[in-house]
Amino acid sequence: MARIIVVTSGKGGVGKTTTSAAIAMGLAKKGHKTVVIDFDVGLRNLDLILGCERRVVYDFINVINGEASLNQALIRDKNCNLLYILPASQTRDKEALTQEGVGKVLEELSKDFEYIVCDSPAGIEKGANLALYFADDAFVVTNPEISSVRDSDRMLGILSSKSRRAERGEEPIKEYLLLTRYDPDRVKQGEMLSLDDVQEILSLQLLGIIPESKSVLSASNAGIPVILDEKSEAGRAYEDVVARYLGEDRPHRFIEAKQGFFSKLFGGKK
Amino acid sequence: MSNNLPVLEFKSSTFFAPILILFSNVVADIEEALEKKIKLAPEFFKDSPLIIDLTELNKHAKEIDFSHIAQLLRRVGFFPVGVRGGNEQQNKQARELFIPIDTVRELTNLVITDDKNNSVTSQQANKQPAAAEIKPEVVNQASPPSKPVYIAATLVTQPIRSGQRVYASGDLVVMSQVSAGAEIMAEGNIHVYNTLRGRALAGVHGNTAARIFCFDMQAELISIAGDYKTSEDLNKQIYKNPVQIYLQDHALIIKEIV
Repeated sequence: MARIIVVTSGKGGVGKTTTSAAIAMGLAKKGHKTVVIDFDVGLRNLDLILGCERRVVYDFINVINGEASLNQALIRDKNCNLLYILPASQTRDKEALTQEGVGKVLEELSKDFEYIVCDSPAGIEKGANLALYFADDAFVVTNPEISSVRDSDRMLGILSSKSRRAERGEEPIKEYLLLTRYDPDRVKQGEMLSLDDVQEILSLQLLGIIPESKSVLSASNAGIPVILDEKSEAGRAYEDVVARYLGEDRPHRFIEAKQGFFSKLFGGKK
Repeated sequence: MSNNLPVLEFKSSTFFAPILILFSNVVADIEEALEKKIKLAPEFFKDSPLIIDLTELNKHAKEIDFSHIAQLLRRVGFFPVGVRGGNEQQNKQARELFIPIDTVRELTNLVITDDKNNSVTSQQANKQPAAAEIKPEVVNQASPPSKPVYIAATLVTQPIRSGQRVYASGDLVVMSQVSAGAEIMAEGNIHVYNTLRGRALAGVHGNTAARIFCFDMQAELISIAGDYKTSEDLNKQIYKNPVQIYLQDHALIIKEIV
């Protein structure tokens, strides 16, 4: 049986798709056969981030409607042969998703894959609700600012009440926090919420802090998941996230502001 | 009707009415006792719907003409809307008067004991020891006071997140944090042994004796029996402190728990 991970946030633009692509790639790189599904029907993006947009023939909705088989719709990643992508339809809307249809596709994928990563759309409507409904684990992607934290909190409420696990009274979805676009300098200046501020409200198990990094945007534009960029801090942070998720104990980094040359030389004041 | 608006709709809902428990079958005594009672709180009883409970009378085989009682109640300003515990003859009379009959079932419902009401009845009982037989009691959602109904408190251990709502028909005890944008409501007291950032409404059915206790006060809004304060009106001194909140003369009192 595959483990189903939902990457969710409530708020848009916080880095759900970047995170989905990165962790799916990370899991596959660690030798786990992984599929990542784009639930953002009508606003297809995941294929761009993973650089496979020119190979999309059939999509998730085609499979749900029985117009194509899973094998026809799944795209194998060109960087890692254990990673597959199930793209969203760009011409349809979220109404094309049905609980029964999504359930059937996930069940079929479960037979073949170790991890299924569901990239949730923003909002708390049908697409987001179906992306989380079947999940075993949830990666809650949050930016260190108050509206993102509030929306994540709302999402956590939905995770604990509207999932299949909640409806069946099973063990609840495991919720993890991913703090993205974190800028320690701005935190220090009080312009951004700190990790402690966020945790005071959400109190979740922290999987990792992804620092604000230019490499994220350039990786997205190039269609290469940022986790493959070993030189970038964001890439290394995502690598940590995957390792921690798989049970490795790694200290958190990128929390403190980088020391400048002079403060390194003369000893920074704490 | 030319437009497509629905003509009607059925909804399940609760209707609140006092219950009048009769202990005497002497109509004149009942009338006297009722009038005394009404004088104490004329506004409360004016045009009030009323359910008549005949269980006690029939238990002691005290016959009473139901139509006389119904007439009397209407005359003094009540609207009898139901009868319970009546015998066959009384139920037949009720039906003829178009008053619905409640087949007696065990009251598993909540009891809201309204403090004011209770004190009224006890005062009144003291004032008229002579009418030992007549003790018409009006309790807000009633059952005889000798047999209090126990309602278990609702316990929540999971965090209550933004957008979630929790309703308790008795007391509500929350062990985890209540997020901003969450709403917790109870007909009784509310206890939050953690941070309260959302809205907390106690005594939602009008129980003015209800209280809110919380460990770390950062609420957006607090309310007891409809009287409320938003965080803007809250004293900064109690912010992030353990407090209790209660109602005194229609004013919300917020006090630190030392």
